Amino acid sequence: MRSEVAIGRARVEPQVDGILRLLEMPEANPRTRGLIERAVEMVEKLARPRGIFQLVGTERFRTIYRGQGHNEPVTPLDSILDRSERMALFAVTLGEGVEREISSLFAAYDPALACLLDAAASEAAEQAADAVEEAFASTLAEPDRSLALRYSPGYCGWHVTGQRALFEELRPETIGIRLRESCLMEPLKSISGVIIAGPPEIHEVEAIYPFCARCATKGCGERARRTPRA
Amino acid sequence: MENLLRISAEVERGEAESVASLTREALAAGISPKAILDDGLIRGMTIVGEKFRVHEIFLPDVLMAARAMYQGLDLVRPLLESSDAAGRGRVVIGTVQGDLHDIGKNLVGIMLRGAGFDVIDLGNDVPPQRFVETARQKGAAVIGLSALLTTTMVAMREVVDLLRREGLAGRIRVIVGGAPVSAEFAREIGADAYGYDAANAVDRVKELIG
Repeated sequence: MRSEVAIGRARVEPQVDGILRLLEMPEANPRTRGLIERAVEMVEKLARPRGIFQLVGTERFRTIYRGQGHNEPVTPLDSILDRSERMALFAVTLGEGVEREISSLFAAYDPALACLLDAAASEAAEQAADAVEEAFASTLAEPDRSLALRYSPGYCGWHVTGQRALFEELRPETIGIRLRESCLMEPLKSISGVIIAGPPEIHEVEAIYPFCARCATKGCGERARRTPRA
Repeated sequence: MENLLRISAEVERGEAESVASLTREALAAGISPKAILDDGLIRGMTIVGEKFRVHEIFLPDVLMAARAMYQGLDLVRPLLESSDAAGRGRVVIGTVQGDLHDIGKNLVGIMLRGAGFDVIDLGNDVPPQRFVETARQKGAAVIGLSALLTTTMVAMREVVDLLRREGLAGRIRVIVGGAPVSAEFAREIGADAYGYDAANAVDRVKELIG
């Protein structure tokens, strides 16, 4: 089963608080807040969110996950997969409009607005991915007993070169996402990976892996506890 | 001197139009472009860097100050002797291959320019060869590498190794930074320095260039 998810522009509304968190800012003065609000308006105007998910079996996913063999020796997904109930590959993008604007602003020596637009777009891309996650969760037989969360190449020990196998299987080119030689996606404001559903506790990952110490993402285990059920 | 202090203060406040106007006034008053650069624009940006370091201000404030500084820089740069324009040395910066996160790298670039360095920003997802080739062709003294992901920071080692293989280690120095990067990692891969934040990166580059 492969589904393109309709993500209305109203679904992608970056919140000021989320942008502040992303920039590690406890607060914003009125001037900065004004710029952030402008950036949010630009995202709402320029974003063309599109998303897809495609169901995949556990064994097939294991092959995709192995990718080119560059993953860390032990990763959280190794154990999560053993206890998962259903999973899907997914990809979302905001399209090219936002990125063009970010580049134009940097070229026009307006790095503050460019940077805030970049942060607002990152927040919007996560919201678009949330929409796909929710669409996948709605296909679960017992949504109130399962929790569906997403994982992406480049994080949690899943090497970024894993994108190649993922792209071969999912073919996100149909929604306008291309893979660079370096395994980065174009448009850059795109997210890909796997959504895994199962008992909530399978996602309660502890930061015990060697790469966690160097990772900027904190509180991964908390994600399972704070995410509402489908 | 009062003109220069006002330029510095307006850079701090991120008032781009005011900086442009004050810079024109200073030039018209016969103040040297080098003095405007050092004692007005760079002084303002240095104060901004200090305030950012102690979390008195945040990233957007720094970027607004940078925009203001550029307004003045655009006016004085054509008037500077070429030796003044690149007076402190040239630095090539970029986010390593496979990584698109460039907010930190952009900030380092802005702070380096604010400190008087000539910066060549290669953007994100930059292959090792491009760092080395650009540094060699443009006569850069330092390459600055940024990464946000644990899975991409390994590309930093490739740049260091490539410099060694090309016989450029020591002549072109490498500074690394980014959320997952540490001083220990920098030592492990043979980098010359590690910057734990943008302001610290500028200090380390100053030490590397001497």
